[in-house]
Amino acid sequence: MCVTCGCADDNPKITHPQTGEIVTINSHDRESHHTHSLPDGTVVTHSHSHDTVNNESEIHAKIHHTTISLEQDILAKNNLIAAKNRGWFKGRNILALNLMSSPGAGKTTLLTRTIDDLKNELNISVIEGDQETINDAKKIEKTGCKVVQINTGTGCHLDALMVEKGLQQLNPSLDSVVMIENVGNLVCPALFDLGEQVKVAILSVTEGEDKPIKYPHLFRASDVMIITKIDLLPYVDFDVEKCIEYARQVNPDMRIFQVSAITQEGLDDWYEWLRMGIINEEI
Amino acid sequence: MHELGITQNIVSIVSEYAEGKKVQRILLEVGKLSAIMPDSIQFCFDICSQGTVLEKAKLEILETPGLAVCCQCGTEITLEKPFGKCNCGSTQLNLIAGEELKIKEIEVEELCV
Repeated sequence: MCVTCGCADDNPKITHPQTGEIVTINSHDRESHHTHSLPDGTVVTHSHSHDTVNNESEIHAKIHHTTISLEQDILAKNNLIAAKNRGWFKGRNILALNLMSSPGAGKTTLLTRTIDDLKNELNISVIEGDQETINDAKKIEKTGCKVVQINTGTGCHLDALMVEKGLQQLNPSLDSVVMIENVGNLVCPALFDLGEQVKVAILSVTEGEDKPIKYPHLFRASDVMIITKIDLLPYVDFDVEKCIEYARQVNPDMRIFQVSAITQEGLDDWYEWLRMGIINEEI
Repeated sequence: MHELGITQNIVSIVSEYAEGKKVQRILLEVGKLSAIMPDSIQFCFDICSQGTVLEKAKLEILETPGLAVCCQCGTEITLEKPFGKCNCGSTQLNLIAGEELKIKEIEVEELCV
């Protein structure tokens, strides 16, 4: 029986009166007219196709694909926590710096030197970021300043949440400076806002002078570049002028310092800038 | 390396919006100057999506070219790197496109009776 109209499957037949040939018409093969005689005597003639009902999915539940427009920033969560950190620093009049470099550029040495030299003027505390060990935190601790170590494990950079947790542990004083020493890496830290006011890129003269154009994302994101280990310049093939030129190509507004933590050359400019930073808040 | 963390973010954001429904397709917008490698995202995605509603979903990545405006003369310049030089000689460029890192849309399976 047909499920659409309830007509019987008995197909109409045409019988040729002279030859006795019987031809069966399969009405379900194509759209065709039917005539039904209902029990009350009404005669109904209609047409429909019987093919469509053969498709079982049409009479069962159907799976639809719905497209949802998100336009969601993938780093939104990090940026939100970074904004919270920034407000936290501002409310306590804390100048926060994010120090980034490749491993071995001299971040920790410059930091211990700076803390020692400015001990009587500025209150500095440190968040140390490394994949493993608390070696750097121990070095900083010897200067007598507050320090917490964040070990990222497999992570290649610090993120805003790590800094937020680190700050709870560190509990830095009002009107102070927080130095955040990022994991040694010239790629990933560029992408993650920690809530700092200033990003500082550190480059030593034992590296190539073309680092700023080789790793442009980090140097472009930085406000300051410090060229370290300049006492080694006579022994290495490092063109300072060329390095500065490359850095300016990537970031024309970058502030550049040249220092040696060993001979103390150039440190005064860097210290002066730090002192101004804590007074002005905005650099 | 940071693509692993980025991909974990993508999986967690999409899972949240999918509300338990099976995800068929994800469209990302990744700017060419964003320091993100689409191939790495694709690679990490297969690992990160395992056992989630995103498993076996199709990941499509739309790459936006870099575009900057010269601060000196106002000319628009297309960029392959996050820095460059305008024909007027200036390196003071304002990036206006190419740093995107967004989930544009997702397609989920819904049962309609």
